[in-house]
Amino acid sequence: MGQIEWAMWANEQALAAGLIMLTGGVVAVAGQFKGWYFAAYAIAAGAFVCLLEYPRSKRQKGSTMERCGQRYMTAVLKVFGPLTRNYYIRAILHAALAVPAGFLLSTILGTVCLGIASGIYLLAAVRGEEWRPIEQKPRERPHMGDTIKQPPSNPPPRPPADARKKQMAEVGGQVNPIPVEAE
Amino acid sequence: RMACWILNEKLSVLLLLVWLGLNLYLFIDTFLWYEDEDAYIYTRIMLGSTLAWARASAACLNFNCMLILLPVSRNLISFLRGASACCGGAPRRQLDKNIAFHKVVAYGIAVNASKLFCCCCCSLPLNYFEFHSDSNTTGEVLTTIAGVTGVMITVAFVLIVTSSTELIRRSCYEVFWYTHHLFVVFFIGLIIHGTGQLIRGQTPHSLLLHNITYCKEHYLEWEKATQCPLPQFSGNKPVVRVMFAFSCQGVILHWVSQNHRTVGVVTHSSGVLELHMKKRGFKMEAGQYIFLQCSSISPLEWHPFTLTSAPEEDFFSVHIRVAGDWTAALFKTFGAEEKAFKELWMLPRLVVDGPYGSATTDVFRYGVSVCIAAGIGVTPFASILKSIWYKCCNPNTVLVLQKVDAVVSKYALPLLLKIKTLQRVSPKSHLATHIALHYDQKMDVITGLRQKTFYGRPNWDSEFKQLAENHPSSSIGVFFCGPKNLSKILQKMCSSYSTADPRGVQFHYNEESF
Repeated sequence: MGQIEWAMWANEQALAAGLIMLTGGVVAVAGQFKGWYFAAYAIAAGAFVCLLEYPRSKRQKGSTMERCGQRYMTAVLKVFGPLTRNYYIRAILHAALAVPAGFLLSTILGTVCLGIASGIYLLAAVRGEEWRPIEQKPRERPHMGDTIKQPPSNPPPRPPADARKKQMAEVGGQVNPIPVEAE
Repeated sequence: RMACWILNEKLSVLLLLVWLGLNLYLFIDTFLWYEDEDAYIYTRIMLGSTLAWARASAACLNFNCMLILLPVSRNLISFLRGASACCGGAPRRQLDKNIAFHKVVAYGIAVNASKLFCCCCCSLPLNYFEFHSDSNTTGEVLTTIAGVTGVMITVAFVLIVTSSTELIRRSCYEVFWYTHHLFVVFFIGLIIHGTGQLIRGQTPHSLLLHNITYCKEHYLEWEKATQCPLPQFSGNKPVVRVMFAFSCQGVILHWVSQNHRTVGVVTHSSGVLELHMKKRGFKMEAGQYIFLQCSSISPLEWHPFTLTSAPEEDFFSVHIRVAGDWTAALFKTFGAEEKAFKELWMLPRLVVDGPYGSATTDVFRYGVSVCIAAGIGVTPFASILKSIWYKCCNPNTVLVLQKVDAVVSKYALPLLLKIKTLQRVSPKSHLATHIALHYDQKMDVITGLRQKTFYGRPNWDSEFKQLAENHPSSSIGVFFCGPKNLSKILQKMCSSYSTADPRGVQFHYNEESF
């Protein structure tokens, strides 16, 4: 196995954390728990994290599987430039977003998960990874004309396989690639 | 087409339905019990139906946590495979889908855990507000055993789930592998979580003295009226105990499945490292695999390798191609780079775990077997072909197998040489081999073969049609090892070319998965 790209895991973890936070917030607001304004915050924060994390970064090597429809979000994130590119900023942002939700029981799970995601992002940032947008490349059509230059060496109609083998054997017997001298 | 698919996959569908049914039954049963039981009447008044929802989800959760370790304990699967030898191929093929089942159960856990989490969030604050309305509920809940372990196990579960998505599993296997070891935290937490006894029922003794139907209307008369002494509550321990037993059983099964064995002899060949090993009491079948660990490289990494030796040989061997960090390090430590022969005692110690069964061990059970290997997936079949060779040489053994079709790709060169020797040794055997290669560079290796060799991507439609025509009224085992896309195509082929008539031709699809 080669280098581990921690950001990939951090991305999955943060997305899950965002969803958990969103769910916890919805539950708390629906139940009108004490301190439900924290839950309202958690809904906003969860939704924001989900949107931020939805587009996957381009991998350092190999191909990346895109999430379906992520290119619209990628375009938005690209606008912010270094703010979204740098994983240090992302780690700090997640850590900060996580704190207020920790005061309510139903969103505390989201806090912990987002905290872990922030930790992984920090690790990714330390190892020099950064978010890069996946850009659609215009598909190049293979130029058929270039590859075919010589005529086929064995054009159809071809004899049946066993007959061909026999023929090949005969040819091999008659013509020697290396001249042999009789002693 | 749909009917064919159902016919072929009926056992999987049935198993899935049974699993769903059991879950549903457990949920409804527990739900109704908690809705009706007198002992919980006051809890119910406080919490509403969240109590029943929570308990029912918890029951399903317990059930699924019990199941989740079973499909991944390799020794158990191997044992079951051996035990089901008498009753035909269908149940054995189910055992190959153990990982799929593991995933399904994990989804079950996720669904139930989120239900339980929502219920707990709804009910716990209420529970505490009644008595300590001034205190900070979050802090209060987190100081209880159940609160702490609840958060802990959910976080462990979330970590396990996020690191085992398809993408992470494919690209950073180590992350997936190591986070999956959080299962220890998960199960310990799960056991402790139940011991908190957060939900308590009224004791039977208290229920006798305490007339519920009267008292629940007359809350103010409690302690004063003779009918209504203060109710006594206690947690329910048996559920905890049962769960503990199940979890322990799972953990033990998992640990038992990792027994270690040590190793003897080693030889090298160029490019690929070939390890020959000996171990007392080592019994294998063709197509099985082992786990190797080399403590001088990494004490934690176990890597699976398919055995390439036949059961008839007195040693067992694996072929290892240098493909990554670990294999490169192994190559170095075994001194394959320098040509000089190393003394046996100088070689590092290897620990072997296994062998573990897999689908290909069934090749000999069918009259006609089709082996399809793509890419590196050819390795399990090397062992099988070797084994066939040994069986042909030995006149005493009666071979059920009449025909082997091998469809392989470019990694197959050493294998093809083996087929060559096979044909040389037993020219009159009715073992017909059919090899279809796609994109191969070194043609000269194969020219010695007596069989027709086909190049290019095989036309599966015509291949299967021909097979069905050539072998009417026989069951054909299709064995595949290789990439997923091809697997899907082949599965479709198998189900569409099998006839509904039980006496007609039947394709049985077997897949080797790693």
